[in-house]
Amino acid sequence: MQIVLQQIINALSLGSIYALLALGYSMVYGIIKLINFAHGDIYMLGAFCAYYVISLWHFNFIIALLTAMIVSALAGVVIEYFAYRPLRKSPRIAVLITAIGVSFLLENGMSYLVGSNARSFPQVMEQVNYNIGGIVISNIQILILATALILMVLLQVTIKKTKMGRAMRAVSVDPDAAELVGVNVNHTISFTFALGSALAGAGGILIGMYYNQIDPLMGMTPGIKAFVAAVLGGIGSVPGASLGGFLIGILETFFQSIGLSAYKDAVVYFVLIVILLFLPAGIFGKNTKEKV
Amino acid sequence: MEHLLQVEHAVRKFGGVTAVNDVSLHLDEHELVALIGPNGAGKTTLFNLLTGMVPVTSGKIDLRVDKQTYDLTSKNAVQIADLGLSRTFQNIRLFKNLTVMDNVLTAMTNKYKEGFLTTVFRLPSYYRTEKEMRAAAEKLLDIFDLTDSQALLAENLPYGTQRRLEIVRALATQPKILFLDEPAAGMNPEETADLTNLIKRVQKEFGITVLLIEHDMSLVMNLAERIYVLDQGELLATGTPEEIRTNNKVVEAYLGEGEV
Amino acid sequence: MKANLKYILSWLVIMIAGFYLINALIMVGVIDDFIENMLVTIGINIILATGLNLIIGFSGQFSLGHAGFMAIGAYATAIITQHVSTELGFIVSLLVGMALAALIALVVGTATFTRLKGDYLAIATLGAAEIIRNIINNLKITGGSAGMFNIPQLCSWPTVYILVCLTTLVLMNFIRSKNGRAIKAVREDEIAAEAMGINTTKWKVAAFVIGATTAAIAGSLHASYIQTISPSNFGIMESISILVIVVLGGVGSMTGTFLAAVVLGVLDTVLQNFGALRMVIYAIALILIMIFKPSGLLGNWEFSLKNLGKHFGKKERG
Repeated sequence: MQIVLQQIINALSLGSIYALLALGYSMVYGIIKLINFAHGDIYMLGAFCAYYVISLWHFNFIIALLTAMIVSALAGVVIEYFAYRPLRKSPRIAVLITAIGVSFLLENGMSYLVGSNARSFPQVMEQVNYNIGGIVISNIQILILATALILMVLLQVTIKKTKMGRAMRAVSVDPDAAELVGVNVNHTISFTFALGSALAGAGGILIGMYYNQIDPLMGMTPGIKAFVAAVLGGIGSVPGASLGGFLIGILETFFQSIGLSAYKDAVVYFVLIVILLFLPAGIFGKNTKEKV
Repeated sequence: MEHLLQVEHAVRKFGGVTAVNDVSLHLDEHELVALIGPNGAGKTTLFNLLTGMVPVTSGKIDLRVDKQTYDLTSKNAVQIADLGLSRTFQNIRLFKNLTVMDNVLTAMTNKYKEGFLTTVFRLPSYYRTEKEMRAAAEKLLDIFDLTDSQALLAENLPYGTQRRLEIVRALATQPKILFLDEPAAGMNPEETADLTNLIKRVQKEFGITVLLIEHDMSLVMNLAERIYVLDQGELLATGTPEEIRTNNKVVEAYLGEGEV
Repeated sequence: MKANLKYILSWLVIMIAGFYLINALIMVGVIDDFIENMLVTIGINIILATGLNLIIGFSGQFSLGHAGFMAIGAYATAIITQHVSTELGFIVSLLVGMALAALIALVVGTATFTRLKGDYLAIATLGAAEIIRNIINNLKITGGSAGMFNIPQLCSWPTVYILVCLTTLVLMNFIRSKNGRAIKAVREDEIAAEAMGINTTKWKVAAFVIGATTAAIAGSLHASYIQTISPSNFGIMESISILVIVVLGGVGSMTGTFLAAVVLGVLDTVLQNFGALRMVIYAIALILIMIFKPSGLLGNWEFSLKNLGKHFGKKERG
């Protein structure tokens, strides 16, 4: 029982980071139907930004988190403006390739500027392990979970309660109609990128604290896993992306803990395929059938 | 029961809405029948049920060909098409980026055999089959006056021509029953008159049964041997054009709408 | 009939002439080992990308798992030729890889194509490829994550050249036939295709299986020519780089795929001189090409001797 609970704590920490990333994928996909391949690299940018402000200026966690989020948000908006906006009316696959290009650019540009070696992430705070009935939980894990949950709640409130959130929902349903009723589609898309990228940036600093290590290619694998999580939850759905993130985290941790860690990727993808075969639009996705 | 197609108590519900409610009808060989009714009466849904695009909620649809009865409710759209039921679509569904010729050839996919090896190594029998298919397609295109457009992309055709191409494509599957969903929609009176003659001619020449949905009353009254009237998912009346014209219920529910 | 024969012969002449041209250039030293290596890589990429174009451009299904099938061919060749190090062994391994890839594609395709579309399908195929790679990564016979070394070199540039010609011939003839029309109809409008009696799942799976089989061929050539393989060669990034060739050339244009494979191959070789900046320039080039040419270099234009003949015929008359 203790082992199970211990694993659940670990799974939730990892899952919450996947969830933060998956949210960005899901929002961007919801609004412009683009698999933003560069999203995982925004998360890398966030991690590096946090790395520099903490090691150079000794920012505390909150300020470093905010800085990483702001820088990532800016990066997201700039990328959308220069690389995706000119292709708004182009075939979707062309935009996808552009996104792949942006991803390559961020990864290799960063490698070129700072070197491709992994570096250890500075300690933001002393790690303290609490032992609650035999389950060890560190203050960092609590911080990761709490930060992720607070951000998810804030996001949900933004989307459901604010004017911008309403505009986002409108554009994702029908951009042309939204424009007709006075929604500024370009601003809304920029805002969506800012929001999604800020969450990715937050994920970056959290993963830095979790693994104590960052490198320019760190966004690749979690990026793809987070996208899988978004699809699993039903892409375009905020609760779906969160749930998908946690599910992937739990699956990975579970198979690692029962000694199948070598096959954990295969199992994760297998579960994904099986779920999709039963729920072709993911867990919370709406399955729309074409009208004859 | 010796009808070609027999529909008994067909029902289709979408959530709480009953789009087709307890409809029974039949089609015989070499018949030209019209299905009319106000917008939203469930005509297209009925077409979708008959061609297997949408499953029935309850009811029976039987097809009788070559002294054998097939239960269409247990078959999918592809199997039903193979049994000889072909259709056009209200909102035109051509293969837009294929040429006119290829649109027609595509519909012959199941009627001709071209083996994988014969195809990829261009053996003589490949050329023979292609030639046969093209000849058959050209014959059809010629009837509908589309020979000159055969190399154009379907999406570049004018609207009325696209509708005619859709009929050619449906005919290319060598159907026993042809379902036409508003074939004259968007056509001017002259084009409609042409089309009326074409449908009559094709029905005679190919010896097929035609069921058509149409709002253009001149076309319906000119063409149809029998008419079914659908209103709010239910069968309101059936009979010859003359009977329908004088049917009080129909006049009230449908013709009373304003346009006669 | 006569005209058909003329086109077949013309193509044959072009292929043979191409062969002797490369041969001659190697003899006089214009093509050195370095360039030959580049040409072989381009050839392998052409096989990969034309197969993927059949799936994406012609049947309209989005697959992100092409590298998985390439891995199957590569490992079939690596394992078999290490035991039977002869030309015959290579041919057997090629066929085994193709059969295995076709079988797996059939299973994956039948399971996923009935239910999934678009990006969901892309993710499912990506997952299938990752499962294949993950299994290879853990097997003993495949050398685990370290991969396999010293695979006997049983193929040289002529083998690659012949197989490029052969796969292209098969794919082009397939596309320009009843089968190809059915596959394109599925891409254009599934509902209308079904109404015409076209079994959409069957044709999607057919395109997927053929694409997977050609990917296996490319994998076999890669393994035998490069002589070293590891699971990391066949990851998502490899699938994506094949996708890039297809989209860059123009989705639905095999000629475009050829052109893009050549352009990227040369670009990659030239950029070798730029060291660390290589991938940065590559990325920027990719973004710029897509922004200024979103439908790819050639859109869906296809080179054809027939049209060329007509074109010149017109000019002479006019």
